[in-house]
Amino acid sequence: MKPKEIKKGIFQVGVTDWNIRDFHGYSTESGTTYNAFLILDEKNVLIDTVKKEFSDQLIDNIKSIIPLEKIDIVISNHTEMDHSGSLPAVMHRVGENKPLYCSKMGEKNLSLHYQKNWQFHPVQPNETLNTGRYTLTFLETRMLHWPDSMFTYLNEEKILFSSDAFGQHYASQYLFDDQVEDKIMDYAKKYYANILLLYSPLVQKLLKQVTDIGLQINMICPDHGIIWRKDPNRIIKAYHQWSLQKPIKKAVLIYDTMWHSTETMAEHIVQGIADTGTEVIPMHLRKCHRSDIMTEVFDAKAIIIGSPTLNNGLYPTISDLITYMKGLKPKNKIGAAFGSYGWSGEAVALINQEFDAMKISRVDDGLKIQFVPDKKVLDQCSEYGQKIGQLIQKEDA
Amino acid sequence: MDKYVCSICGYVYDPKQGDPDNDIQPGTAFKDIPDGWNCPVCGASKDEFVKEE
Ligand SMILES: [Fe+2]
Ligand SMILES: [Fe+2]
Repeated sequence: MKPKEIKKGIFQVGVTDWNIRDFHGYSTESGTTYNAFLILDEKNVLIDTVKKEFSDQLIDNIKSIIPLEKIDIVISNHTEMDHSGSLPAVMHRVGENKPLYCSKMGEKNLSLHYQKNWQFHPVQPNETLNTGRYTLTFLETRMLHWPDSMFTYLNEEKILFSSDAFGQHYASQYLFDDQVEDKIMDYAKKYYANILLLYSPLVQKLLKQVTDIGLQINMICPDHGIIWRKDPNRIIKAYHQWSLQKPIKKAVLIYDTMWHSTETMAEHIVQGIADTGTEVIPMHLRKCHRSDIMTEVFDAKAIIIGSPTLNNGLYPTISDLITYMKGLKPKNKIGAAFGSYGWSGEAVALINQEFDAMKISRVDDGLKIQFVPDKKVLDQCSEYGQKIGQLIQKEDA
Repeated sequence: MDKYVCSICGYVYDPKQGDPDNDIQPGTAFKDIPDGWNCPVCGASKDEFVKEE
């Protein structure tokens, strides 16, 4: 897409990646964008770049506004390659001797990505930079979501360039929140659940800091997706809410199956939960992507995992999901395990171990049955679902 | 007792508070934390920590 002016003299010069469907293991069903921002002033500033394979598009976008050598300062808010990948190509044209502003960890991490003799200017937290009309302030936001992550705030226009925070993997012809429908919040939520969830305590700290210093925000420009201009407070409020990790009365039942036995159990547990009037979402691991599952896990009270026993162990997709979920450190959950097995039946105990490691409080030791569930077992599954549903209703979530 | 800062993510270990979530009791000096302990925020190892000035 062509660059667009977001405020007089301030341009989105980034690119749209319409076709990406797998972003390092996160399913991006609507593609994404890599946003970069050009601020024209006495000193011209570029904030962030794009993925390496889109370098030419970024350069063309900038060129349609000013020649690259007219850029005086480049700022890297985040070193991950979707935002730094085009730095070598850009710096080459801007001039390798131009200052490259980043955080202290940004300097370290960029040096570990690219073997270049760039003129790093590691900023102190809250350091300011005057570019003529404008003053930029750098806010340290370590671990949101990398050690190098920082925000750049344009004081006069009250624009926050927030790197990955407040972003969404969402490609469209539109630029702003008021041009897209409410569904954008679902993309923002998925982003939070899959990228930021584990840093929720830091999100809370940051939001408190922002309130305490009374930072006014007219516009939030993240590095992915649309820009929040109509109501930047909406996404800030959502982040506040999400970072509290208060579950809703909902169960997610995640399972895989080999000969439909664990699946049949799943169906009856789901029915049992539904019988108590509790929301329940069954997710088959070979039908649902782990990043979509995580979005549901994120605000659910109960995580129910069903696995067949394969060669004395967990079914591989279950291990995949658990590894992924564990890293994102979901809080305030209850857990339950179930599964059908042939002869040894280790899976349920293995899931229980994982629940314990994740500090997810278990309903009990789970439900395991040999081979194909009969009527009696299926009644047991329904009762199990009812028990879980009642527990969810009881918990003051 | 001295506080220690994680050089990767900026987390501050305060011996007064310890890190109870990871079985480090309040009152544990940084040097007495077992070597297998990691930064509760970013997972960095103990030797990434420096004394807070
Ligand atoms: Fe990132
Ligand atoms: Fe990113």
